Amino acid sequence: MKRSGKERWLSFLIFAPSVAAVFIFVYGFIGWSAFISLTDWRGLIPSYEIVGLKQYASLMAHPRFQRDMINTGVFTLIFLAGNLFFGLVLAALLDRRLRGTNFFRNLFMFPMAVSFVVSGTVWVWIFNPNSGLNAVFQLFGFDSGKWGWITDPKMAMYCVAMAAIWQMAGFTMAQYLAGMKGVSDDIREAARIDGAGEVQVFRHIILPQLWPVTVGAIVVLSHISLKIFDLIFVMTQGGPARATDMPGIFMFETTFRGDFFARGAAIGIVMLIMAALLIIPYLVYSRRMDA
Amino acid sequence: MNSLGKKQLSDGVAYAILLIFALFFVLPVFVMLNTSLKALSDAQNSTMWSFPAQLSLAGFIRAFEKLGSGLLNSLFLTVPATILSSLIGSINGYCLSKWKFKGSNWLFTMVLFGMFIPYQSILIPLVNFMQKVGLYNSLGSLIAVHVIYGIPITTLIFRNYYATIPDELVEAGRIDGAGIVSIYWRIFLPISLPSFVVVAIWQFTNIWNEFLFAVTLTSSPETQPVTVALQNLSGSMISQWDTQMAGAIIASAPCLLIYVLLGKYFVGGMLAGSVKG
Amino acid sequence: MSTKPLIALIALMIALTPLLSCQTDRKPDHEMDKAADTEAPPPSALKTADGELTIFSWWTAGGEADGLAEHIRLFQEKSGGVSVVNAAVAGGAGTNAKAVLKTRMLGGDPPGTFQVHGGSELIDTWVKSGMMAALDSLYDEKGWRGKFPDALIDMVSWQGRIYAVPSNIHWGNALWCNKAVFEKNGLTPPETMEQFFAVCEKLQKAGVTPLALASRNKWPVLHLFENLLAASGGRDFYMDLFAGKAAWDDDRVKKALENFKKILEYVNADHAALTWDQACGLVGQGKAAMTVMGDWARGYFVTQSLKPGEDFDAVATPGTKGLFFVITDTFGMPENAPNKVATKLYLSIVGSVEGQLAFNLKKGSIPARTDVPTDAFDPIAKKTMEYFASANLLPSAAHGSAVIEDFVVSLNDQLSVFLSEKDVDKCAGAFAFAANDAGLKKD
Repeated sequence: MKRSGKERWLSFLIFAPSVAAVFIFVYGFIGWSAFISLTDWRGLIPSYEIVGLKQYASLMAHPRFQRDMINTGVFTLIFLAGNLFFGLVLAALLDRRLRGTNFFRNLFMFPMAVSFVVSGTVWVWIFNPNSGLNAVFQLFGFDSGKWGWITDPKMAMYCVAMAAIWQMAGFTMAQYLAGMKGVSDDIREAARIDGAGEVQVFRHIILPQLWPVTVGAIVVLSHISLKIFDLIFVMTQGGPARATDMPGIFMFETTFRGDFFARGAAIGIVMLIMAALLIIPYLVYSRRMDA
Repeated sequence: MNSLGKKQLSDGVAYAILLIFALFFVLPVFVMLNTSLKALSDAQNSTMWSFPAQLSLAGFIRAFEKLGSGLLNSLFLTVPATILSSLIGSINGYCLSKWKFKGSNWLFTMVLFGMFIPYQSILIPLVNFMQKVGLYNSLGSLIAVHVIYGIPITTLIFRNYYATIPDELVEAGRIDGAGIVSIYWRIFLPISLPSFVVVAIWQFTNIWNEFLFAVTLTSSPETQPVTVALQNLSGSMISQWDTQMAGAIIASAPCLLIYVLLGKYFVGGMLAGSVKG
Repeated sequence: MSTKPLIALIALMIALTPLLSCQTDRKPDHEMDKAADTEAPPPSALKTADGELTIFSWWTAGGEADGLAEHIRLFQEKSGGVSVVNAAVAGGAGTNAKAVLKTRMLGGDPPGTFQVHGGSELIDTWVKSGMMAALDSLYDEKGWRGKFPDALIDMVSWQGRIYAVPSNIHWGNALWCNKAVFEKNGLTPPETMEQFFAVCEKLQKAGVTPLALASRNKWPVLHLFENLLAASGGRDFYMDLFAGKAAWDDDRVKKALENFKKILEYVNADHAALTWDQACGLVGQGKAAMTVMGDWARGYFVTQSLKPGEDFDAVATPGTKGLFFVITDTFGMPENAPNKVATKLYLSIVGSVEGQLAFNLKKGSIPARTDVPTDAFDPIAKKTMEYFASANLLPSAAHGSAVIEDFVVSLNDQLSVFLSEKDVDKCAGAFAFAANDAGLKKD
């Protein structure tokens, strides 16, 4: 594709303001935060004296932060696994183009329209061991009375993840549906003629074609899970017993309640590094795809 | 292979599974609706599953009173921000996919990375900045913030969309003597509707439902979007659940409407959006 | 960001640090106070000089909003109609509001006045940073010095000067009891820890949850625990702990934790999902017998159509008889408030008998002044007012009065772990670690 030098320049000029804005509001501000994280600023009066990596060291030694890191990993895993699995299953079911597909599709996607604050409040109610799901299970004769759901440190993470999956599974399903539409019917027919059953067609023809969709979904979903704050804040505030505590919650509390800006900035930078570890390989991969 | 028989059985199973999922998805909605139609004393956690002892619209009325200005603010925030960020994303995506220049990929990658940052880490510099330029506590600051932080995702979606459009269209325009801008205006923009719809839905929903920026950058009732107004319903001490649930329904209504009306565009558009790279 | 300007900035900051520390120690400027005191401002002066007062709080709903409306109404009457901006922000006992307030104050856009809990929240956050104007002249002018308890004035003072006007008092160490449940089981509200556990045993056997607890928002747990600290160590020990003069792994702290561990055998199993009002709901419905909560619980019970004194009653929490945990909302004047004359007028209403009466009747708290007539208040409120005037006052830690918030955040977090692990020694050790981490020191 031949482009003149002048055209390339014009193209750059058009893109430049966006670049500038992002450089200031993202990289500039990150730089400022990183600087703060190297100080000892605590309280409302700024203190710009550099103390090195002291904040990071104290964070790594802090039992709450250690737990937060583990929780982030666990939550991301459950959230991703659940989303991909349910998204795939729902897409597979809807791809059959049964009657009522549109209705179901709309139904599964509407949670994305609702804010985390709203859904979190309702889900906490549902997960209450006294009158929530336990009451429903008992109707069916299944005594789940001893399950603590959101009050049980061992179950709470799954509850929160379930609420998050409820919110996003529709999105993943939509991704997979679109991907499946791209698998032409001819190939499927050919496979069926060769004697392959439904499941085999799915496993060997459709699934491999969905790999790019999966990657794309993972990127968008982990973007959400690493930043997750509103939902957890509304549902458990990080409890019970730190079971669902996240760096985002710790950072909010220590910055906006504890006025410990240096520590808050340090947590922010650590969160950023975690995101970078996930995103940079993806960006490299997508650049290779483009090339 | 008895294809007819097998297919029927599978269909039945498929429907059954779908129904179970449907129940799971509808559960919270039931709780929300049910509670919002109850009288205050009835709207407790312990009576969550029982139908209202008496139907009461008091919750909705109270919620409307409290959320009225918040709804307007959200409208004045979300619509301009969505339109602006969609346009910017479109132009950016167009340039990046059809008019690549040296280093454009690197620049784009750097811009893209910006969408993954945790917003808490830039909140304080952001507020200081807004104070200095005099935009603090105005919808303008929120619009600016959402447009800027929306640049990566809108650019990405449009870039991927335009990548699926044959370069021949550009060449055809060039033969006619058109430049970058007029090719965009006359050729690409008119065919961008599907992508605009996708981006608009994504941005509208995210901006409408956003809370953190909203509560930090606006500090008075005249400027607060509906997410903050919704939080305000809970008061500082006592929760009025019927009003809160009604308010939640009201606040979610616009986005839900969009989903109901434009759902099919969303699915089709996602193919162009995230699948490629 | 290039490095050269950054280095220059750092160098500048370091150079300016000595000046900065001088500023915070220097007493705030008196001149504005003096100028405003020499003559009563004519109403027109209020209108022409900026003509607006922004009041910042987290009172957005229920009785609190009504109480605030009373103050505003009185202000507008007396000021000749100065326009008021009610900049209230809600969410979890003020956490959103506090975040917004900080950004406003730091950004140089202070409101005319703002709600702040007396004690550490006021002093450590705002007064020590030099952002508040001293109000001694206002107190003298209005003759307030004998009208508020001395211990309360101490909570809003620093280095001998007063910085805020308390508008209301909430009682912290209150044990709320469902009278019907107690009568049915032939019990009376307990006064000591032994009596408390005995009552719990009987209630447990009768199939009623003895104590309702709500740990979802974390703070009610500390709210309960600070009562236990005072019960096992007494007032002086409590004050020493938060001043950094006593060790947090002291035996008395461990005793409080032991008590807490025992109490956990008698609480509702779903506490992690409940907010404080839901716990009160359990008591109101008779599913639980008691709950420890500030006296805003009274307002909640009233909305459930329960009658104070008849359906429910309140006594001091076990082991804290004679002590009164103070949670007080106060209003001060930012050093850079845009319209100081208007602010002072507002503050004088907040501290007046008329203002305190109107406000507290709506809010459900009690006046901070001890000379407000008690007739209009309900039986429990009357009891509370008398108790307040005579008891030994203590600042509440859970509500930002006793110690800096950073430490409160750590305590809340550590207690949430204790709820599950119930390891007394480990928890006490973690408290000591957190105290060190928070830089608790003598002041």
